[in-house]
Order: sequence, then C-alpha cells, then structure tokens
Amino acid sequence: MIETIEFKLNHEPTRLAVDTERTLLWVLRTDLGLTGAKYGCGIGVCGACTVLLNGEALRSCQVPVLDAKGKEVLTIEGLARNGQLHPLQQAFVDHGALQCGYCTSGMILNAYSLLLRKPVPTEDEIITGMEDNLCRCGAHQRIVAAIQTAAKQMRG
Amino acid sequence: MKEETVNQLRPPAASANALDRRQFLMTLGGGIIICLSPSFPTLAAEAYSATGSGASKDFNAYLRIAPDGRVTCFTGKIEMGQGIIISLAQMLSEELDVPLNSVDMVMGDTDLCPWDAGTFGSRSTKYFGPELQAAAAEARAVLIQLAAERLGVPADRLVTKAAMVMDKQAPEKKVSYGDLAKGKRIERHLDRGQPALKPASAYTVIGTSPLRTDAVAKVTGKAKFTGDITRPEMLHARIVRPPVHGAKLVEIDTAAAEKVPGASIVRDGDLIAVVHPLPDQAEKAFNLIRTKFTSPPSDLNDSNIFDRLLSRAPEPSLVAEKGDLARGKAQASRIIESTYRQGYVAHAPIETHTAVAAFEGDKLVVWASTQSPFGAQRSLAAALKLPERNVRVIAPFVGGGFGGKNPGRQVVEAARLARVTGKPVQVAWTRAEEFFYDTFQPAAVVKIAAGLDASNRIVFWDYHVYFAGGDKAPTFYDVPHQRTQESGGWMATGSLHPFATGAWRGPNGNTNTFARESHMDALAASAGMDPLEFRLAHLKDKRMIRVLEAAAATFDWPRGKAPSGRGLGLSCLIYKGTYVAAMGEAEVDKTSGACKMKRIVCAQDMGRVVNPEGAKMQMEGCLTMGLGYSLTEMVRFKDGELLDLNFDTYQIPTFSALPKIQTILVENPEMPPQEGGEPAITCMGALVANAAFDATGVRFTELPITPQRIKAKAGTS
Repeated sequence: MIETIEFKLNHEPTRLAVDTERTLLWVLRTDLGLTGAKYGCGIGVCGACTVLLNGEALRSCQVPVLDAKGKEVLTIEGLARNGQLHPLQQAFVDHGALQCGYCTSGMILNAYSLLLRKPVPTEDEIITGMEDNLCRCGAHQRIVAAIQTAAKQMRG
Repeated sequence: MKEETVNQLRPPAASANALDRRQFLMTLGGGIIICLSPSFPTLAAEAYSATGSGASKDFNAYLRIAPDGRVTCFTGKIEMGQGIIISLAQMLSEELDVPLNSVDMVMGDTDLCPWDAGTFGSRSTKYFGPELQAAAAEARAVLIQLAAERLGVPADRLVTKAAMVMDKQAPEKKVSYGDLAKGKRIERHLDRGQPALKPASAYTVIGTSPLRTDAVAKVTGKAKFTGDITRPEMLHARIVRPPVHGAKLVEIDTAAAEKVPGASIVRDGDLIAVVHPLPDQAEKAFNLIRTKFTSPPSDLNDSNIFDRLLSRAPEPSLVAEKGDLARGKAQASRIIESTYRQGYVAHAPIETHTAVAAFEGDKLVVWASTQSPFGAQRSLAAALKLPERNVRVIAPFVGGGFGGKNPGRQVVEAARLARVTGKPVQVAWTRAEEFFYDTFQPAAVVKIAAGLDASNRIVFWDYHVYFAGGDKAPTFYDVPHQRTQESGGWMATGSLHPFATGAWRGPNGNTNTFARESHMDALAASAGMDPLEFRLAHLKDKRMIRVLEAAAATFDWPRGKAPSGRGLGLSCLIYKGTYVAAMGEAEVDKTSGACKMKRIVCAQDMGRVVNPEGAKMQMEGCLTMGLGYSLTEMVRFKDGELLDLNFDTYQIPTFSALPKIQTILVENPEMPPQEGGEPAITCMGALVANAAFDATGVRFTELPITPQRIKAKAGTS
C-alpha cells in the first residue's frame, strides 16, 4: 500500500510516498539514492545491508520501510559529520580494516551499535557482537583492532 | 564520463564514447603520454602466459603527465580488495619521482586502459608493475630532456625529485613536471628493451605502507560497486533459472507476474526474465512465475563424487620425475600410503555477480563486477555480434573475486536484456544464483605413497593428483627417487563435474599443498621425528629453510614428535616465486568435534615488498579465508542438486573462528616482487590437519575437517 511516511534519515527529516511493504534496503538504494547499504544474501544472514533504526543495528533487507516511520534511520552516509570521519571510520582506515569494502558499511554500523550498548567492550564482546557480519576477504583481525581503537577514542 | 561510474578517484575528462585508441589518446589532450607496445617484454610475457598465445594487442597509454602536474596511471587491472590501487601507484610514484598523492588511478576500463589479461593469479605486481615502472622511467627521461632544453643545462647534470627537474650543481635552476608538460603534446611508444630503472637501494616509496587510497571512499559508502550504478530508465532483471544444471524448461506461466504494475516479461532466445524499474518489484513479480523443468537424472552427491572422479580419471601424465622409483621402493623399510580428498569449495564473495548494460549510440557500455574487463569485452562482442571496439567494459570497485569473477555470464545476460528491452538493464545475481553459477574449486583426490629407509630418510615419493592440476604438485623436498603424475587438469571440462569449476584463490595449490604437507607430517610421525626437524632434514632450498626458521622463531616452535596433544601443526610451500611457512595451534573439543585455530604464525618471502602492510593484509586474508575450506566449507549436493545456496548453510569463517595471526615478511629486497594475493591460503588445509593430528592423534585426510568428521574419527562420546 502506498503511504506517505516520515522519518529522520541521516539526521534530516524525510517524507516519502512509498509502498510500505517494500524493504528498507531497496527503498534506501533506489528511491533515496543511498547505496552504502549493500545486498549480500537477502535473508538477513550476512549483514552487508546493516543500517541503524533508533540506534539499533538491523538487517535492512528484512525490514519493511514502514518500520522506519517516525524513527531515526542512520546509514553509512550519515555517520561522518561536518566533513569529519567518525572515529570508527577513521579507525577502519588507519588499521586497514577492509579490503574489497563491500561488507564495510555493515561492519561499521554494526560496530557503532555495539559501542552504543557497550562503550568499553572486551575483545570477546567485540567478537560475539560482530559474529553475524560476514567478511570474505578476511579482514577480521584488523576489524577487531579498529573497533578497539575507536572505542577508546569515543570514550575520549 | 560521469564520476559515479568508475573506481577512479579522479577520472580523466575523456568521452564515454571514446572511439579507437588513437582517438582516445587525442581525447587525453596535452601533456606527456607514455604507451608500451605489445612486444614490450613483460607485457608479451603476460599475454603469453595468460592466453598461451602471446596475443597481439593494441597499444594504449600507461601513464600521462598532465599540464597541471597530476599523473594518471592507466591499468586494465581491477581493484577487488587486494590493494593494487595503492601499490601500483607507489611503483609509479617511485620511478617517476612524483609525490604519491599526485597520482590518480584509472582502472579496469577497456576504453581507457591498456589491454590486460585479467586480475588473477597474483600477477598484478609481478607483471604489470615492471611495465608501469618502465613507462615511468621513460617519462622521466622525456622530462629530463625537456628540462635540459628549457634550463639550458646538459641532461646528465639534471636530477628529478618531487615532480621537479633540477640542476644538481645549482638546485635553484629547476622546473616542475607540470610546467614541462604545459602546451606540449608528447607521445612516446616504448618497444623492446627496458629503460634504466632506479636501483632498489634508492627506493623511498616502494617498501613503505601508505594508507589505501580507496579506504575513505569505502568507509563512507561513497565507493561505487557495479550494483550502485544507475542509468536513466534503467530496468532491473530477474532471470528464470533451472533447478539443476542441465534441466530443460517445459512449462512456464507468467500471467501473475505480468500483473505486477510496472513489470514485464522479456525473452531473448532461452533467456527469460522479468524486468521492472525497481529491483525488489522485479523480484516480487519473479516469485509469481510458475515453471516446470525436466531435470537430468543424477545420483551424484558430495560423498560419491570422489569415486566418480577416480573412475573417470584419464591416463596420468607425467609432471616431474627424478631417480628411479623401483630403486627407491627397494630401499624403503616403511611405506606410507594415503589418499587425500577435498570437496567443492565456493568463492562466495559478498558482492554477487552484477552488471549494468546500456547502449549509447552504436556503443555498448557495460559496468561489471569482473576480474577481467577485456575478457568480458570479448565475450560481449562475440555474444552480441559487435566489433570489440564498440564494446566498452568498465569495472568499478569489485566486491571480492577470488578467481570467481573471471567468467562473464551476468555481463552477457545484462547486454542481451538491454538489447531486447531497448533500455539500460541491471542484472544482480541473488545469493542463490551466485552459488548455482559459481565456478567452484574442483573436488579432487591425491594419492601418495612414500617410503622411509632405516635412517628415516625419504627414499621415494610417488604422487598422483586427480583433477586438482599438477602445476604445484611436485615436491620441493630432497627425495632421490620421485615421480609426480596428474590425471585431468584443474580446468577439467565436459560432464565430469556436476557443476562449473574453475580458478579459486590459489588454484591447484590448496589441494596439492594439503596432500603433500599432510603426508610429510605422516612420515615425520612415522619416523618419530619433530615435523620441523624432519622437513629441514629433507630441504636444500635456502629460501625455504629461511622462512621455516623465521616462522619457528616467532612461533617458538617446541621441537618434539607428534602427536604431542598440544595441537601444534605446520605447513610450508612454494607458490611460483613466493615461499611460505606457517605454524599454528589448534584446540580440539573431542565431545563437540569443534576445532578452533587459536594462533597462526606465517612467514613469507615474496621478494621485494612494495607495500608491506598491504602484503600482510593479503596474508591475513589468505589465512582467514583458508580456515573456511579447512574447517567448514564444502559445497553439499544430493542427486545433482545443490544443497547450499546461501550463507545460512554454507559457513564461511566468522569472527569467532579467528585465530591470533602474526605475519612475517622475510626480507629479500634483491629479488623483484613475487606473488602475494594467493600463496598463503594454500598452507591452510595441511596446517589445520597437522594441528588436529597433534591434538588428537588422528590424521584427517579429507577437507573440510568438520565437527562431524572429528567426532566420527576422534570423538570421545
């Protein structure tokens, strides 16, 4: 059903007339032109499509766009503010925590949500928290290190 | 050219309709342009080794120095995570004496870049690197000549530094590269012979680890992959697929699908697809299509495939031979025979095969997730009966390849659908299509018989590989009587395999190294010797001894015979020009069957290292990815039907599988750069199997070493 819904998208109020059964992933990637969230598996297993809804990391390929109504959606495009990379983004760059980069948006947003919940995570908590995000290039060790670095920086 | 279409950080102002190469060079405008001819030694060598024919290819630009001083590197290679976007820029920056941040990379565009065989086989740095350095050296010679005229100073008194040419006797006499290129149009074509390159001892950029230039684009979501490309009026397609390979469509009902607003069904011969302006709506319509296929009967499954392979194996061909096997056997006091098996393994890049095809005038432009833009161009020209010059392929950032993105099925599908619909079409495979059409690492078998004499020396080694290829099969250990045979190559065609098979990261290295290094371990155990000691006793190759000793020192390898119960294993290999030794520690839970690698130390001698941090990232990637085929990854199938079609059942390594990885680059600066993207992955099967043996006393001869297999062979309950 086509409905006009409002939500905050990357800090900006957004109004959109859309078939509300469509998944958030494809609405973001088509109507809204934000291609940072990627299709990887289509069943919510790989995490490449991860975005944040009110701070919670969700698999946007499994979420109807209606769920975003009245909420705050944060995609990778909204993480850097005022031309400054977020500490997580900077740490991923500095640690070389990516190779092909296809899973990276999902990795960073999932880590962001993890650090909101656990600002001082142990290494085991990072591993458990990131377990369901898949990377085929094998950047895992550097991703863990980048999250540790970013966590320290975010605590100041 | 629009910025969003390419993986270039600063694309040149050339037309999207660049015509032939001559016209293309004109579109580059002024400046200094260096081309290499196809007879240039490394280019010819690569063309020969990639195509087997030394295919004659047109020249094209390798680099350009623009009047604004910026330098552009043109390469047909693509960036799929391996990091050549920075390492090639370093090689250019080094040889041309320009700051790294003044180099722009234009990659994987068949209109703009020199012909290239494809990005595979860890060849970019080894083969393209020298070409690029030669072009840069030529450019530097041209600049010095121009500066000599401009400054009125003899050329031999001039030196270059930071994009300037200066008089070494009077450094205030200087001129910038950009100023020299201004108002000029100089085109040089390098033929045979190699311009003089800098000595390695003078390097200041090669051998350092600047941050990857694609990293910021990738952490901000700005990096464009093929699926992120849109064109005006573009349609998304979902294609009707058979349930098993070889199935024939007998009935199709598209009535319900056609009722989805905006959807239409298109056919081009055997290609039937639903197209829609929105990808998810194309899928919605696609799910309403009803089909009936007849499938060819098959009783093949992932267990009986090995018997089939052996029963269909052609007569062996000899790969290597030394001494006299019969004499060796006569000297043996103990003979150990074993059969090693490895199932099919999927590439499973997180980005599925994707293509966007658009006709622009008489030109077909295709954006594709491909490791081989020029190969895709050839396939497209043949399939659509177009001259190659009317087909332009552009590879944006590729979301992982691992050897699986050489074939170009999706590229041709998108182009056929664009032609039949008259609109740009995007084909993005679903995960199930990605598994279905993947060109798996072939299932393969290795049989080895080897004998020890009374003094625990290997006296004979008889090795026979079936369908994994013989290229990396011969042993490098010092064995007086040995024979290596292969039956069927790793590129076996026809009906042998129930699926397509092809190159998989480290082609023919994974199965062969698993078999050889497992058998070496079995021999060491039989000899009652420490597995490292035993290998060293059979080695004369100094590079191999050096990497083993480097790994052992960092790992603190405690010498002793296996099985020790500690879960320690090692493995080593030669991969073309690169040497690798790895040591690891496994923890095996005999109740659950879980095997976890806790720690891996890997030492690699890959010659001169262009970007050490980048090289280490490749090694870590190899070791992590290799955990998959060692422990969990095997494509399961029954009655010819694939059972693994997504990541819910096909388990690639996750964070919890991650060991502590330490990598060591064993210095060898006098040797030109060798392979880096593949070698280390091939150590993993034997590393894990040998560690599992040390932990349990049970030898695992079939990969992957799953919990079920561990429980079955070594379980306690």
